Amino acid sequence: MQDADRRDFLRLAGLAGVAFTAGLFPDRKAAAQGSDFHFVQFSDTHWGYSGPANPDAEHTLEKAVATVNGLANKPDFIVFTGDLTHTTDDPKVRRERMKRFREIVSALNVKDVRFMPGEHDASLDKGEAYKEFFGATNYTFDHKGVHFIVLDNVSDPAAKLGDEQLAWLAADLKQRKPDDRIVVLTHRPLFDLKPDWDWTTADGAKAIDLLMPYQNVVVLYGHIHQENHHMTGHIAHHAAKSLIFPLPAPGSQPKRTPLPYDAAMPGLGTRDVTVAQKVTLVELPVTKG
Amino acid sequence: MHRRTLIALLAGSAMGGVARLAADQPAEIRISAKKFEFTPNKVVAKRGQPLVLVLTSEDRIHGFKMPDFAIRTDIVPGQQTRVNLVPDKAGSFAFFCDVFCGDGHEDMDGTLVVEA
Repeated sequence: MQDADRRDFLRLAGLAGVAFTAGLFPDRKAAAQGSDFHFVQFSDTHWGYSGPANPDAEHTLEKAVATVNGLANKPDFIVFTGDLTHTTDDPKVRRERMKRFREIVSALNVKDVRFMPGEHDASLDKGEAYKEFFGATNYTFDHKGVHFIVLDNVSDPAAKLGDEQLAWLAADLKQRKPDDRIVVLTHRPLFDLKPDWDWTTADGAKAIDLLMPYQNVVVLYGHIHQENHHMTGHIAHHAAKSLIFPLPAPGSQPKRTPLPYDAAMPGLGTRDVTVAQKVTLVELPVTKG
Repeated sequence: MHRRTLIALLAGSAMGGVARLAADQPAEIRISAKKFEFTPNKVVAKRGQPLVLVLTSEDRIHGFKMPDFAIRTDIVPGQQTRVNLVPDKAGSFAFFCDVFCGDGHEDMDGTLVVEA
């Protein structure tokens, strides 16, 4: 998609915000494999959270659903990159939160919705409740010539992918061609973003090593409750905003405590992802009251 | 050499040996973990002074991670986990639980202060 075309596309899609064009899918031959499309990423909705970091917590997710439902150009599908619910020690309450979360997002007018867990959903019971409601924690799917890989780096409470999942990833990648377009969806950063804030995946470097031979790879993740853009070699990693409270930029304050609440919610939102020969990200603020 | 001088030198040598031995002995620092805190959560050490961190848990499995010194271990209830460390740099260094343990896990951290 040329720049002018992309601007038209964004206008027709009814998307506000600043577009971030990632230098991805650099191999132009790969673009011929399928047609352009867009999807929306939700992340870190933390349904069930109650606290001063977001006094509007009971309504923020519903507002985001309304915002996405109002897009002029419906996305092909929607992904939730983890922490659907806020953690609780009580297995019954955990399931109640998942049930209510599922009810709220069932109002999305796009019915192809892909989920994955965050540590708040899955780390206390190794994903047991999550699987009851949302199915497998790691899987793949294909859409218009792009291969999506969902990785689970949270069901192990020590934030590991684990050898079994890494072997599964290696086996999946063996079926790909070097210039295939690949989007990895996961919760925690696969690279060491801020190790002393635990913004890492213990064995994430092994996954990156497996992905490195492929020329067109992008990783979309959540966990850190803010935009972040980082390259490991030619692989780009993009963190998304949350829908509960923003966290500080890595190392910008002594501790990773939530930023003060702002009723305008400038630090919250969802993200539209356009996949063409490049990936274009457009942040969607929470706007529907 | 006078006999009295020789005795003094031997005594001095022996005392010096004891002093050096004491300096080389690792200092044990006990840190207890429970949801969602370490006690103590601030530990002070001297640069170059060998330490043994003796880690215990009062409730469930926690993690102990201190990236600046490449330390990470599980802390299992009913066991003492001993971690040897010679801090070779001065400053304040974070440690934290890296085994998700519930609502408050993100606040379970502490600081090792290494004095020059």
